[in-house]
Amino acid sequence: MITAERKPMEEIMGYVEPCQRILLVGCNECVTVCAAGGRKEVGLLSSALQMAFMKSGKVLQVKELTLERQCDPEYVEELVREIDGVDAVLSMACGCGVQEIARRFRDKPVFPAVNTSFMGASERQGVWAERCQGCGNCVLGLTGGICPIARCSKRLLNGPCGGSTGGKCEISPDVDCAWHLIWERMKALGMEKSYEQVMPARDWRTSRDGGPRKIVREDLAL
Amino acid sequence: MKTDSRLEKVLKTGGLAVTSECGPPRGAVPEKIREKAAMLKGYVDAINVTDNQTAVVRMSSMAACIFIRQMGLSPILQMVARDRNRIAMQSDILGAYSHGVDTMLCLSGDHPKFGDHPMAANVYDIDSVQMVQMVKQMRDEGTFQGGGDIENPPKMYIGAAANPFADPFELRVPRLAKKVTAGVDFIQTQCVYNLDKFERWMAQIRERGLHEKVHILAGITPMKSAGMARYMKNRVPGMDVPDELVNRMGGVPKEKQGAEGLTIAVESIERLKEVKGLSGFHIMAIEWEEKVPEIVERAGLLPRPEV
Repeated sequence: MITAERKPMEEIMGYVEPCQRILLVGCNECVTVCAAGGRKEVGLLSSALQMAFMKSGKVLQVKELTLERQCDPEYVEELVREIDGVDAVLSMACGCGVQEIARRFRDKPVFPAVNTSFMGASERQGVWAERCQGCGNCVLGLTGGICPIARCSKRLLNGPCGGSTGGKCEISPDVDCAWHLIWERMKALGMEKSYEQVMPARDWRTSRDGGPRKIVREDLAL
Repeated sequence: MKTDSRLEKVLKTGGLAVTSECGPPRGAVPEKIREKAAMLKGYVDAINVTDNQTAVVRMSSMAACIFIRQMGLSPILQMVARDRNRIAMQSDILGAYSHGVDTMLCLSGDHPKFGDHPMAANVYDIDSVQMVQMVKQMRDEGTFQGGGDIENPPKMYIGAAANPFADPFELRVPRLAKKVTAGVDFIQTQCVYNLDKFERWMAQIRERGLHEKVHILAGITPMKSAGMARYMKNRVPGMDVPDELVNRMGGVPKEKQGAEGLTIAVESIERLKEVKGLSGFHIMAIEWEEKVPEIVERAGLLPRPEV
């Protein structure tokens, strides 16, 4: 999933302070699962904003709405019925959702209420960790199902650097050494021999380095 | 001979090679590089010039290498994958070689987190193994990684690093083997304090015959004080300093700890000289370059061969 964290209150206030009426829009997908911008968080932020306004003797009207998917034009269209009369939209979706609203409603300011973080998985209750960088050319089949691009601090492709200690990365004892994990998996899978094949320099064009990416499916496109 | 590198020639003689290193200054002060290099003249075969080591900004390795070359000495251009993509790397290699720099060391580089710009983007377009491949391709095939022909290809003698002490230990020789497959000519190791472990690592190297394919230089760093020993033990990732060494440093009065550190370095070299398959020593006297001549002399590594 795409993970996100709510922005600090002061920053959000900085955006909405001049407003009297806003539309606060959550998303029912990833940000709901990582508890950053679903229906529940929309309710909490709405109350917090109204209280903050009241403290300074002002009133903020907040219309709350949580869409099924904010990155999908079909669902964003539902905002047509709600958007008239508000000064701005405050989105609790990931950056994709914020931009979809901006694309659809050209004359309406839209502000992000969360920082979109990474593509990751839930490690345990309340903990999410990065797993994928969307490089566009997956190597997981060669690395025992553990990604060195997303999980090695130096995205090394040929093994652990000299800073790997007791399974941990040199940058922090809280970070697992991806290559240590890969090696353990390779051993478990009997893939040790393949380690010594030199992984050649990558073609990063399939990643962000090749410019903004787009998938066109001729079989589906109208 | 693959190159005109002085280090290659010395290693070819079959004797033990000696290299050392200079850290470039934190400012536009070329005289500091010249001072450090002058101290090493006649005592070492080649001088590594670090590339923004520990991710702290310094004068560029290439510029400092050129100053050293102009003194008639042999610099080793260190290049890390952290700060440049493959375009900048190949361009710098052409530039360095044009100035007579014919030996280089390919490294991943310390993560920016450890330096004075932890906010910097890290590049890591290619890793150190891939860098070795690229430099070898430039030298032996006369082409850039992208495939284009190079006019007067840079004949670089290619080095890389190895840390026998990092984890997982069982992967340390296979990782070196990958560098050999990629085409590395010489290896300089992380500072060796745990001599027993280093000897075990070298035994694995010999078992696989890797010592016949690559020249291995053991890293030697004299400790200035018991504080430095403790710091190296506890704070530097991938460093293995046995307790007995920390205790030995701590067991002498403060003003004599430096001398003790030098003696330990000399004793380490004496012992490692006997290790089969070892090709020499890389003496990294961090901000203590003036002591390198003494170490080299006391360890019986003089005179350096004329090649």
